[in-house]
Amino acid sequence: MTAAQELRAAAAERILIKDGAYGTLIQAEKLADYGGDLGLEKDQRGNNDLLNITRPDIIAGIARRFVDAGADILATNSFNANAISQADYGAEHLVRDINVNAARIIREVIDEATVIDGRKRWVAGAMGPTNKTLSLSPDVNDPGFREVDFDEVKAVYREQVDALVEGGADFILIETVFDTLNAKAAAMAVLEAEAALGRELPVMISMTLTDLSGRNLSGHTVEAFWASVRHAQPLTIGLNCSFGAAQLRPHLSALSRMADTLIMAYPNAGLPNELGEYDEAAEETARQVGEWVKDGLINIVGGCCGTTPAHIAAIAGATRTSPPRIVPAAPTNTLLAGLEPMVIAA
Amino acid sequence: MSESAAAPPSGARFVNIGERTNVTGSAKFKKLILAGDYDAAVAIARDQVENGAQIIDVNMDEALLDGELAMATFLKRLAAEPDIARVPVMVDSSKWSVIEAGLKCVSGKPIVNSISMKEGEEAFLDAARRVRAYGAAVVVMAFDEVGQADTKERKVDICERAYKLLTGIGFPAEDIIFDPNVFAVATGIDEHRRYAIDFIEAAREIRARCPGVHISGGLSNLSFSFRGNEPVRRAMHSVFLYHAIPAGMDMAIVNAGQLDVYDAIDPKLREACEDVILDRRDDATERLITLAESFRGTDAVAEKQAAEWRGWPVRERLAHALVKGIDEFIVDDTEEARTLFARPIEVIEGPLMQGMNLVGDLFGSGKMFLPQVVKSARVMKKSVAHLLPFIEAEKQDGEVHTKGRIVMATVKGDVHDIGKNIVGVVLACNGFEVIDLGVMVPWPKILEAANENDAAIIGLSGLITPSLDEMVTVAEEMERAGMDLPLLIGGATTSRAHTALRIAPAYSGPVLHVLDASRAVGVAANLTSDGDGRAELINRTANDYRALRESREGRGSNELAPLIEARANSFVPNDREPSPRPARPGTHVFDDWDLTELIECIDWTPFFRAWELAGTYPAILDDEVVGESARSLFADAKLLLQKIVDEKWLRARGTVGLWPVRREGDDIVVLDEKRTRLPFLRQQVRKRQGRPNMCLADFIMPQEEDWLGGFAVAIHGLEPYLQRFAAAHDDYNDILLKALADRLAEAFAERLHSHVRTTLWAYAPNETLSNDELIREQYRGIRPAPGYPACPDHSLKPLLLGLLGDGAGVELTENFAMLPTSAVSGFYFAHPESSYFGVARIGQDQLEEYAGRRGVDVETAGRWLRPNLD
Repeated sequence: MTAAQELRAAAAERILIKDGAYGTLIQAEKLADYGGDLGLEKDQRGNNDLLNITRPDIIAGIARRFVDAGADILATNSFNANAISQADYGAEHLVRDINVNAARIIREVIDEATVIDGRKRWVAGAMGPTNKTLSLSPDVNDPGFREVDFDEVKAVYREQVDALVEGGADFILIETVFDTLNAKAAAMAVLEAEAALGRELPVMISMTLTDLSGRNLSGHTVEAFWASVRHAQPLTIGLNCSFGAAQLRPHLSALSRMADTLIMAYPNAGLPNELGEYDEAAEETARQVGEWVKDGLINIVGGCCGTTPAHIAAIAGATRTSPPRIVPAAPTNTLLAGLEPMVIAA
Repeated sequence: MSESAAAPPSGARFVNIGERTNVTGSAKFKKLILAGDYDAAVAIARDQVENGAQIIDVNMDEALLDGELAMATFLKRLAAEPDIARVPVMVDSSKWSVIEAGLKCVSGKPIVNSISMKEGEEAFLDAARRVRAYGAAVVVMAFDEVGQADTKERKVDICERAYKLLTGIGFPAEDIIFDPNVFAVATGIDEHRRYAIDFIEAAREIRARCPGVHISGGLSNLSFSFRGNEPVRRAMHSVFLYHAIPAGMDMAIVNAGQLDVYDAIDPKLREACEDVILDRRDDATERLITLAESFRGTDAVAEKQAAEWRGWPVRERLAHALVKGIDEFIVDDTEEARTLFARPIEVIEGPLMQGMNLVGDLFGSGKMFLPQVVKSARVMKKSVAHLLPFIEAEKQDGEVHTKGRIVMATVKGDVHDIGKNIVGVVLACNGFEVIDLGVMVPWPKILEAANENDAAIIGLSGLITPSLDEMVTVAEEMERAGMDLPLLIGGATTSRAHTALRIAPAYSGPVLHVLDASRAVGVAANLTSDGDGRAELINRTANDYRALRESREGRGSNELAPLIEARANSFVPNDREPSPRPARPGTHVFDDWDLTELIECIDWTPFFRAWELAGTYPAILDDEVVGESARSLFADAKLLLQKIVDEKWLRARGTVGLWPVRREGDDIVVLDEKRTRLPFLRQQVRKRQGRPNMCLADFIMPQEEDWLGGFAVAIHGLEPYLQRFAAAHDDYNDILLKALADRLAEAFAERLHSHVRTTLWAYAPNETLSNDELIREQYRGIRPAPGYPACPDHSLKPLLLGLLGDGAGVELTENFAMLPTSAVSGFYFAHPESSYFGVARIGQDQLEEYAGRRGVDVETAGRWLRPNLD
């Protein structure tokens, strides 16, 4: 079986668990030095992705904690490991190394764990949205202006995809999609990498909402988003970050009804408090995720900002005995989209 | 907007595709694009959508144009118009390079128009694969190596062959739209007579042979012979659709605003059209040509249906333009408004700010979303740009002078700048010179710009949470650089609390959190004034923040003291006497407290807050904004309370226990048979000199015997009424009843505490306090509740209820939530110096020790105390 087939088979049996946030746990390390002896000119503080090279021990340690908490799918610590984001740190030449290492670290951790307990786990090579947007102008006076173009973003993603695959990623996770067009460029990069590899390279796609009406930054509703990325035949589609599980529920519900593939969602630990910190208790997150489970909305669940191994363990505990969502049959209607979906009857 | 977009589950049966944004079909659009007037070109697209186009066809195939550039530019402009971008786009070109340039700018799922087998199967499939990689649906023209299909048989054969090829490479059938070619009829050439009827018959056959696909066509070709005679063209299009739709044509490129209702077409004209389209008579063409002349020019009225809002008063037009983001008329409207006001600045302060406030409200309530707000800001800027020269002119008259330079930036790592831009606009409008450094600005650039420009103020903005830390960095660097100019903090995730606790301490100059654009002006004006206003504002804010810090002492990332040190720094009261022996020690049960009395004790402010109405009772009833809602809600609440009392819906049950205790370290041991041990937590955040690390046990004196109380109250009996409301789908009363029950439970707790102080424990027998004074807790003693800051461990509830017995009828869930839900429980401390505090963060040492005292393993204790751990 391919990795995707194995995942689908497992997801038909039970709700699978994704890991939680790396950033939250890295912050807790209060590291003084991120750059190691790489000799980079700029201050590397906050460059979490670079730690895959300079402090693999820390990243492996975090991954192990998530494995112990019950995670089946482990994402790589590579959210900003793309040439656009790394340029802020003057580290764009290290993108390949960061991603190869990021995938290799997780691969080793889960392989070790599998030797011990025989359980199958998967590596999802994580790619964030970059900090540039293909759909919006940064200049209010020039709405037609864009800081980047499609081919540039696609090439940036392609570099990351290739390195993640080289390091041993099973899937590519396009996450925290605030701009649907960025995601389409990423999806095309994966398709092209797949063609070059000559084997299946499954993609997971996860949108993030910027407001409670349920749109991302480029203005797409979840239904329009699904319409816009369905051609990539994603292994999973879903939502992450944005809000806590309670606020995501209605939008997840809309997506769940529509998408003929697995649903993966990983909420924040509630809403940040006024100091910008997440303080929702693990049990509370798990309780809210329990609501999703009760409504049959979900196949794979994990955590985003503010979630810790305790949250993941609590979520795993809360979902252990529940049946997973049943994937609906492929629709025969035609689905198009602007910012909103448009359905044409078959 | 999202409501209007929700397509019925089955989806649309017929889709009209707007054709006016096509340079080959619209002379007006072509002229605008050639002239580079994209604003007006975008307005044509908006017209289409407002007139009901469900998809917009965009075509830039014109020899004089750089088609790729024009396509990309126009589509990017559409992306900034949420009213238009909500519908899908059809990227229309005969050149693949133009189509691809378009696909790279479209974020939804568009349609490509079109590909065909003109260049053979390989080229066809290659194009189809590329379309698919961009995630688009596709129009396939009935065109092969031989040429365009004209007869029914050719149309059907070509489409079926294309269908097999496409589905063979996995192209989804539902994403295929065939265009079997609509050709002109009534041309006078005999071979053309069957063009319309052949299309209709081919459509039926293609739908049957190629399951899943759709049929589309461009209608304007059909009536090509009648150019210049719109009424006849429209009639022909309507009649054609009337017959083609039942045959399976479910999309058409039409001028969406100009389709007639079949039944409303003049019967003579309709019949003549029908004869042509269905090829029913040999003389059909001649008859239609003859008849057509009499319909020429009857169309002028409908053509010019000016938008209704243009007739509104100028204030409302400005607000409408801002909310809708329409900048087409904004300059004219601004000019008109300018002549109405004494000074140009008043246009900004009046109608424009009102419009922007409306935008802010709609955004805040989820009725508008970010791209729309950006658009509104653009309209605002255009309007302000028109006014600025007039404001400048006033300045030269000496009336206005530059009030100071303000450097503004969205901090490093954050791209959000709408709020900042709005604040910048408003400040500029009010006479400040704004130097906007843009987004993702690293701190050295901010400091440099401030120095170079001799700025009076720095303003920082951010929307995402990591920006909060970055703002602290900027403040620290300003401090290091020895700056002293004021630092303003704004943006969605920023807060007064964060500013006070984290940013202000990093910088010794003035730091102020500014809630919104409307307040920014006042703050900036004060800060740049020479008078007392400046010092007054700075001092007041600094004092506010200091008070806030002190009240938050212990939260945040302050350093923890080892438990031993914290314990050595216990609170030691001046009065070391144990509390007096209660007049009536032991347990007291109140089975049915008088509800009328509790109603009088209700603290109404939290009730309104529960309904998201901000304000303090009773002032909220007269509040300008929410007063009306508050009054109506309050009246409903009173009515329901009356019913509750009259019909005895609810029962208030409570119990009080007053026990002799002994303090053992941070534990309080009840001197009953079971020797129940109540462990309490101690503050561990390192305190400044002279401030103790508090623990509730500090309020029990270390002598042989002291006294502690406990209580539980609950409101019973809601269920049957909630069920009744649920059955009636009456959410309003459901929520109202629950909210009132919560208030009654709180009132009961307050009332019972007073009964304890005056009668049961009777340490304050002569206390007489008004309800207001009770709400402000102006009495001796406290009643901290498990799960609240002074006693954050919810797991003390089973111990407390164990001591009290079940007089209040309260049960606990496995997570220590109380049932019924309108319930309050807590401990009574009577020491005159007892006070509320927050335990906040504790260390691993205390966690481990506490677990031992509480008799559970460390992991369990850790789970209970998670919010208090790092």
